[in-house]
Amino acid sequence: MTKTWMAGTSPAMTVEKIVPARRIGRGYWAGVGRRLLRDPVALAAAFVIIGIVFAAILAPWLGFADPYRGSMLRRLRPIADAVYRLGSDELGRDMLSRLVYGGRLSLLMGLLPVVLAFFVGSAIGIVSGFVGGRVNTVIMRTVDVFYAFPSVLLAIALSGALGAGIFNAIVSLTIVFTPLIARVAESVTTQIRTRDYVEAARVSGAGPLAIIRVHVLGNVLGPIFVYATSLISVSMILASGLSFLGLGSKPPEPEWGLMLNTLRTAIYVQPLVAALPGAMIFVTSIAFNLLSDGLRSAMEVK
Amino acid sequence: MEALNAATLGRDRGGPAQPLLSVRRLVKHFGGRRSFSGRGIRGAVHAVDDVSFDVAKGQTLGIVGESGCGKSTLARLIMQIIPADAGEFLFDGEVVGAHALDLVAYRREVQMVFQDSYASLNPRLTVEETVAFGPRVHGLSQRAAIARAHDLISRVGLDPARFAARYPHELSGGQRQRVNIARALALQPRLVILDEAVSALDKSVEAQVLNLLIDLKSEFGLTYVFISHDLNVVRFMSDRVLVMYLGKVVELGPSDVLLGAPRHPYTMALLASMPSMDPDRRITEPPLFGDPPSPIDPPSGCRFHTRCKFAAPVCAATEPVLAEIAPAHRAACFLATPGSGHPQAGSIA
Repeated sequence: MTKTWMAGTSPAMTVEKIVPARRIGRGYWAGVGRRLLRDPVALAAAFVIIGIVFAAILAPWLGFADPYRGSMLRRLRPIADAVYRLGSDELGRDMLSRLVYGGRLSLLMGLLPVVLAFFVGSAIGIVSGFVGGRVNTVIMRTVDVFYAFPSVLLAIALSGALGAGIFNAIVSLTIVFTPLIARVAESVTTQIRTRDYVEAARVSGAGPLAIIRVHVLGNVLGPIFVYATSLISVSMILASGLSFLGLGSKPPEPEWGLMLNTLRTAIYVQPLVAALPGAMIFVTSIAFNLLSDGLRSAMEVK
Repeated sequence: MEALNAATLGRDRGGPAQPLLSVRRLVKHFGGRRSFSGRGIRGAVHAVDDVSFDVAKGQTLGIVGESGCGKSTLARLIMQIIPADAGEFLFDGEVVGAHALDLVAYRREVQMVFQDSYASLNPRLTVEETVAFGPRVHGLSQRAAIARAHDLISRVGLDPARFAARYPHELSGGQRQRVNIARALALQPRLVILDEAVSALDKSVEAQVLNLLIDLKSEFGLTYVFISHDLNVVRFMSDRVLVMYLGKVVELGPSDVLLGAPRHPYTMALLASMPSMDPDRRITEPPLFGDPPSPIDPPSGCRFHTRCKFAAPVCAATEPVLAEIAPAHRAACFLATPGSGHPQAGSIA
């Protein structure tokens, strides 16, 4: 019987018809991309992010001064100084260079926890939402335990418990964001699970893995992704906060949060220079938020 | 096409006289909680209550009833989307879920077309991906599954070259429902459940899709269970009709007999509620008053007695059984069975 039911393709089929039809530029994501390109705010935010990211990655080749070399004679120079275009810090290091290099660690600590939490949280939330019932209750109530803590408090507590350091800061931020993403993933998956097309797929005899892969992921990852992008700015601010508190990166590494901390003593001498790392954090996180908003509205259209 | 028909016919086990699907004493209650006194379950919705019927091979069984009478629950029970509380299904003589016919094999034999043509298509999949999904999970190669999808897309009246790569939002309601039909047929089922499959369509499109369904039925040797609240459509499609009221079968018979000379007052009321084209025959008074009673703790005795204009004391006291009143015609009403204790028993025939 397994053989007979497959024997049904009519012999009249011609070969060229069998090729899956082309749909380049007509898919859902192509449409999202097109709408995003028409959104000036999102586009500007994307340019800012691309600029900062590229500057950070390519910093050694862009001819900036050594971010570690200080000068005891030329400390705390103002912005638009003849030597230091954006002034110098409390150890006489070039601020422009340190801000550009600082993007490396700050972006890493902003992005990596969200990326990791996106995978872990989506997996937890999708499985939990798709299976439903008691399994869902057990998983989601466990997640809720983490959810109950304010994220700043949880991040500081975890970092403090794990010990200072970049790796531990990333781990603790991942733990902070995983429950947030798992919640969103669970709620969208629960909605999708009861849709008729998922029932139709069940009725066609598909197993849960095939249904998740073909019918759930495509409809669920978009909203989760948008939510995750909105967490990047939070992650950057939290990471900077951890560094500020001495729980993230350590001196003399250039990192925006840490730079804010070390420059805080200079706030009466060179307030504008002391505020620069904060401005970088502000601009970057706003840019990520605006891009996330643009992505959300680009994806809302059917 | 011959190959398809042969594939379908080759799977016949019990011969033409054996019903393709037999439903026996099916019960489904939703929710409810144990009462404080511990006596049984209270507050459960009696969605389907002791329903039995057969679907003959190659025929169409129409199922009619008001909204909330359990039609869609019945469809989902037949599809095994939700588990039944009691009762059994026999598919071509085999108990569904038993060793001889496990769920995967059963699902290849029975498919369903849903009412909401938009919600039943994955918005992220193209038409051909949707239709090819079932054959793919049953082990057909990607190429063969796409080939079958194109074949079926053209069988349901859409040009594969134009429609195969479209997304659901690029289709009209009628086109989407054609895709849903193609998807249901992709596994070469023998039984197709059509749950209000044309109810959401425009009248003109509805007629096209109904004709398509009739063509496909003879082409593929299909059997239909056709669920609708529209009696005209049911009359057009069905060989036999089953009338449901609050989870119970109230009347079951050949469609021309049942819709021509109904024996249950509920069927009569349903027929009377059909809008008439003849202005002189328009009724001014609604044949049925109010909404059906709540399926939570339904009325005692005959569930229809609260709205029935022939209701007598016996109707509230005892529950009528679905009795044979003529060959192949059954009704669950004291009126239809002489000597039942109803004062007007046997007077309406």
